[in-house]
Amino acid sequence: MASWIPVAGLAFVLIVLAVKAWPAVVVNGFGFIKGSQWLPGNTYGSVVHTHGVAHPSGSSYGAWPLIAGTLETSLIAVVIALPISLGTAFALTERMPGWLSRPLGFLVEILAGLPSVVIGLWGVLEVGPFLAHHVYPLVADHVPNVGPFRYFKGPVGYGEGLLTSGLILGLMIVPIIASTTRDLFLQVPALPKEGAEALGLTDAEVARRVTIPWVRSGIIGATVLGLGRALGETMAVAMISGSVLGKVSPTIYGTMTTIAATIVSQLDSAATDGTGFAIATLAEAGLILAAIALAVNLCARYIVSRSGRLAAPVGRG
Amino acid sequence: MAQMNQVYASTRRRRVKAVSFRVGTLIALALVVGPAIWLVLGVVVRAVPHWQWNVLTTLSQGTSGGLENAVLGTLVLMAGVAVLAGSIGVLTGIHLAENGSSSRGGAFARGAIDILAGFPSIVLGYVGYIALCVGLHWGFSLLAALVILSLMVVPYIAKSTESALRQVPTSYREGAEALGMPSGYALRRVVLRSALPGIVTGLLIALSVAGGETAPLLYTAGATNNLPTFTLLHQPIAYLTYYVWTDYNQPTDVAHYVSYDAALILVVLVLAMLVTARLIVARTQRHAETSR
Repeated sequence: MASWIPVAGLAFVLIVLAVKAWPAVVVNGFGFIKGSQWLPGNTYGSVVHTHGVAHPSGSSYGAWPLIAGTLETSLIAVVIALPISLGTAFALTERMPGWLSRPLGFLVEILAGLPSVVIGLWGVLEVGPFLAHHVYPLVADHVPNVGPFRYFKGPVGYGEGLLTSGLILGLMIVPIIASTTRDLFLQVPALPKEGAEALGLTDAEVARRVTIPWVRSGIIGATVLGLGRALGETMAVAMISGSVLGKVSPTIYGTMTTIAATIVSQLDSAATDGTGFAIATLAEAGLILAAIALAVNLCARYIVSRSGRLAAPVGRG
Repeated sequence: MAQMNQVYASTRRRRVKAVSFRVGTLIALALVVGPAIWLVLGVVVRAVPHWQWNVLTTLSQGTSGGLENAVLGTLVLMAGVAVLAGSIGVLTGIHLAENGSSSRGGAFARGAIDILAGFPSIVLGYVGYIALCVGLHWGFSLLAALVILSLMVVPYIAKSTESALRQVPTSYREGAEALGMPSGYALRRVVLRSALPGIVTGLLIALSVAGGETAPLLYTAGATNNLPTFTLLHQPIAYLTYYVWTDYNQPTDVAHYVSYDAALILVVLVLAMLVTARLIVARTQRHAETSR
C-alpha cells in the first residue's frame, strides 16, 4: 500500500501549513495580500493580543511585494523561455544531423539537472555584473521615455534584481519546456509534414501550420509546468534578487524578493519571535505560494493529461 | 497568379521568412547552449586554479577548511533517498501501472503525486522544520531531511517507473500468462526485468535532483562541520549545497574557494549521474532497436 504514502504525505504537509498559518490569517486578514510593510515588531518588547492571537507590539506584515515579485519574475521567465525553447526544439529536431543534435540535446539535459544553488552562484557572480555593465545601460539609455517603456528607465544597479532573476529563471525553465517540446515534435508523424512540404510550404510554414498545431496542448502544458518551477524556485532567486523586503521595484532592474526567497532568508530570524507570530506569517506566505503553484499545476496537468506526457519534478530549489 | 498572390504572400517575402525562421531557431539554440557552457566553464574556472585534492579528505571549518563532511553527507543523503524514496516511489509506480486509475487508491495516488511534483520545495522544507524538527522534537536530523527530500522526489520516481512499466510490450505479459505464470511471478520475472533500465534511469535522475537540493535541507538537515554519524535523530548532517550558499558572499577569499569547490563537486556529481543514466538508456535502446 505504498501508493497511499504520497497521499498521506501531501495531506500532512497541507494540514501542518494550514494549522500553522491560521493565527497569521486571523491577525493579518485580507490586508496581508495588499499590504507592503514587513515589520516583525519589537520582539523583545511587550506582547499584544489581536483577536486572541499573541504577537509582538508593532508587528505588521504585508505580502504584496513578495507576491508581485513572484509573479513578475515568473512572467519574465516564461516570456523569455517560451520562444527560446520552441526555437531550440525546432533547431534540434529539424534538419540537424544526429551527431550534432544528440550532444546538444544532452547539454540541455545537463542544464536541467544543475543544482539551482550553482546556477544562482553563477548568476550572481558572472551574469549579473556582466548584464549590469554591458547590457542594461544600453537598454536604459536607448529606450524611449514614454508609456510602459519608462519601466526600463532608471538606475540599472549592480546586476542583482528583478530582470536578472527573471532571466536566470528563464534559463532554468528552458530545459523543461525545450526537452518536452523536442519529444513532442519527434512524435509528430512525418506524413503530414512531408505532404505540406510537397505542396510547397517552407520550413517556417510547416512549423506554423502543421507541427505546432499538432502538439499545441503539450506545449502549453510544458510551459505551465515551467511556470510552476519558476514560481517555486528558491535558491537562485534568493541569491540574485537582492533580497529587498517591503517594496515593489519601481523599475525592471530594481532589487526585490519573492515568496520562496523570503521564506528561506527570513525563517532564521522569524524563529527569534517568541510569540511564534513571525513563523505563522511565513506559513501564510507559504500557503499563498502553494495555492498559486497548485492552481498553475492543476491547469498544466489538465492540459497535459490530454496529451499524456511525463514531466520532471518542477517544485525545486 | 494574381489570385494566388491575394491568398499567399509573395515568394520573396516567404523566402525571407523561411530564412529568418532558420536563423531564429539557431539563435535560440545558441542562447541555450552558450549560457550552459558559460555556466559549467564559469564554475570550473573559479574552482580549478585553487583546487587541492585534500579538500576531499579534510573536515570543513565553516568558512575555510575542506569539504569531506559535506561530500560524505551528500552521499549519505542520496543513499538514504535511494532507499526510502526509491522503495516508495517504485512500489507506487508499479501500483499505478498495474492497477491504473481504475481503483480509488490509484486515482488518489495519482492526484497526490501530480500535486507534490509541483509543490514548492521551500514550503516542504518549512513544513519539515515546523512539524518534524520542532513539532516532533527530532531536531536538525538525517531522518527529517530524508523524509522531506523523499516527499519531493517520490512523484518523479513513481512517474518514471509507471512509464517504464507501460512501455513493456503487451506481448510479454500475454506470453507470461500463456505460459501459466501467476501474475505476481510474471510481474517480478518478466515485466519488471524488462522495465528495470527505465526504472533505474528515473531513480538516478531523482538522486541527482536530491543531491543538488538546498532549500528543503537548510532547515531540516541543519549545519555541522562533523562527519555524518548515521544517527537518524538529533544529529545535523552536512551537505555540499549548504557551503555553496553560505560561503559565496563571505568576506574572505578562502571562504569563496570553499563555495566554488563545493559547486564544482556538485557539477561533477550531477554530470556523473546524468551520463550514467544516458549510458543505460543508450544501451537498452540498442537492444530494443531490433524488436521495433
